[in-house]
Amino acid sequence: MSRVGELLVTETLPTRIPPRKHVIDLDDFLVEEIERVLSVTDAMKEILGRDIKKAPSLRGKTVITLFYQPSTRTRVSFEQAAKILNADVINVSVSASSVAKGESLLNTFRTLQALAADVVVIRHPHAGVPNMLARELERVGIINAGDGMHAHPTQALVDLYTLREHLGSLAGKKIVIVGDIIHSRVARSNIWGLAKMGAKVTLCGPPAFLPVSEAFTQIGEESQVSIETSLEASLDGADAVMALRVQLENHTRRGMMSIRDYVRLYQVDEYRLELAHPNAIVMHPGPIQEGIEISTAVAGGAQSVITEQVTNGVAVRMALLYLGVIGNESAV
Amino acid sequence: MPRANLSPHITGSSRTSASCWKARRGAFLYAQKVMDESDIGRALARMAHEILERGPGAADLVLIGIHTRGVPLAGRLASLVESFEGVTVDVGSLEIGLYRDDLNSRVTKPLHPTQIPVDLDGRRVVLVDDVIYTGRSIRAALDGVLEFGRPRLIQVAALVDRGHRELPIRSDYIGRNLPTSRHELVQVHLMEVDALDEVVIARGASDE
Repeated sequence: MSRVGELLVTETLPTRIPPRKHVIDLDDFLVEEIERVLSVTDAMKEILGRDIKKAPSLRGKTVITLFYQPSTRTRVSFEQAAKILNADVINVSVSASSVAKGESLLNTFRTLQALAADVVVIRHPHAGVPNMLARELERVGIINAGDGMHAHPTQALVDLYTLREHLGSLAGKKIVIVGDIIHSRVARSNIWGLAKMGAKVTLCGPPAFLPVSEAFTQIGEESQVSIETSLEASLDGADAVMALRVQLENHTRRGMMSIRDYVRLYQVDEYRLELAHPNAIVMHPGPIQEGIEISTAVAGGAQSVITEQVTNGVAVRMALLYLGVIGNESAV
Repeated sequence: MPRANLSPHITGSSRTSASCWKARRGAFLYAQKVMDESDIGRALARMAHEILERGPGAADLVLIGIHTRGVPLAGRLASLVESFEGVTVDVGSLEIGLYRDDLNSRVTKPLHPTQIPVDLDGRRVVLVDDVIYTGRSIRAALDGVLEFGRPRLIQVAALVDRGHRELPIRSDYIGRNLPTSRHELVQVHLMEVDALDEVVIARGASDE
């Protein structure tokens, strides 16, 4: 029997967090704001564990998802999150919409705004599209579900939440991100989020896939982000390792490492994982290609939290929708 | 009269609560302590006895505290019932933020996880809150609690009943009936949350 009454009840005084209408990337999130999203996610995750998964706080609101790139988990988790909160969800299929007739992106969005959407969740192959839309449209909230090689903030929040569940506070924790860093919007958003939460981030991969270290002078303290070409050296004492999906098309260009060499040098496998902290967790934003960036044994092993990331994805997106739609309309 | 000229005259209340009022609105004519630590303790002990009398007993009782201050109150009531009866009582907590009817006009407050450790089918549920006022929190709590089963009976316990109901909802166990005007503010401070036990009532400017 749990004695809830004896639990520590903490009511932090409401911090003055400016209202947030759009979620474009984590670079403009305050640490308190990230904390608030993660704490609301706790409440949302409890709902996911119920027999009746409903909390009708977004009743009468409309969420539109518009994906110009393929997606399973992001789109489904947004749809499920919105439906659990009782919002009406409309999934626009790009190939079956007027986009196929040559309608411009901005006009598509003006249409969606006129159709009384409250939130539009967008994924687009070009970086900066969500930001452009956020500037052009005044009424609709934009949530970036991935834009080009720029950002994937909701995935980064999912990763922060999952890491916090397993590691507690992230301050001083060593997190390794391995793979095609420069082409990865997941990595980019995670670097912002992790650095803000005080983690030490090691970026690991073939030299051609690594950014230059000068790129991080504006992110946290310089010592928080380091670059390493040896996976073995990176994993030494790591608290978590995040494997990125190998984007096969990026390996076919001249001068790029072959898949076979990548697997030999950078696959997260059970032998290399032994170099990390014994309780280190293994993460992957999906979709996984087992046998390439991660071995089958590790992906399904005891240290893997990959399926938890998917479940947490729904809770985090519920929190973002709740804070985005309700938070904006609040008085004061 | 410009409100800035009102100098708040604080009587019978601690420094902590006085600064709370200032943070809330700025101009209150005065704040008054209406219950202290021992008043709250006696009221809760009586409420625990009443809950047992009306049960009868604590056989199928579940105490569910409404976040934030209902949660420690439910815990205290449970400890009292346990000490009187020598039984263990199931306790839960409920976040009603997602069920409110004024989500569009209210400042977003942080949400706490709901914890209902038992199936509520056929149980006697007592919802515990610090203040019962319009009845809208209890309405939201009813929505929330019914997601967890079909209780035999749902009752309401509140440390303070200040009247002014806007819905056909009543309280079953009351610590103190506090006739108030709508311009007044009643706030319960509890050790677990605010580091002191007291109930204060503040009278605001009449044009408020």
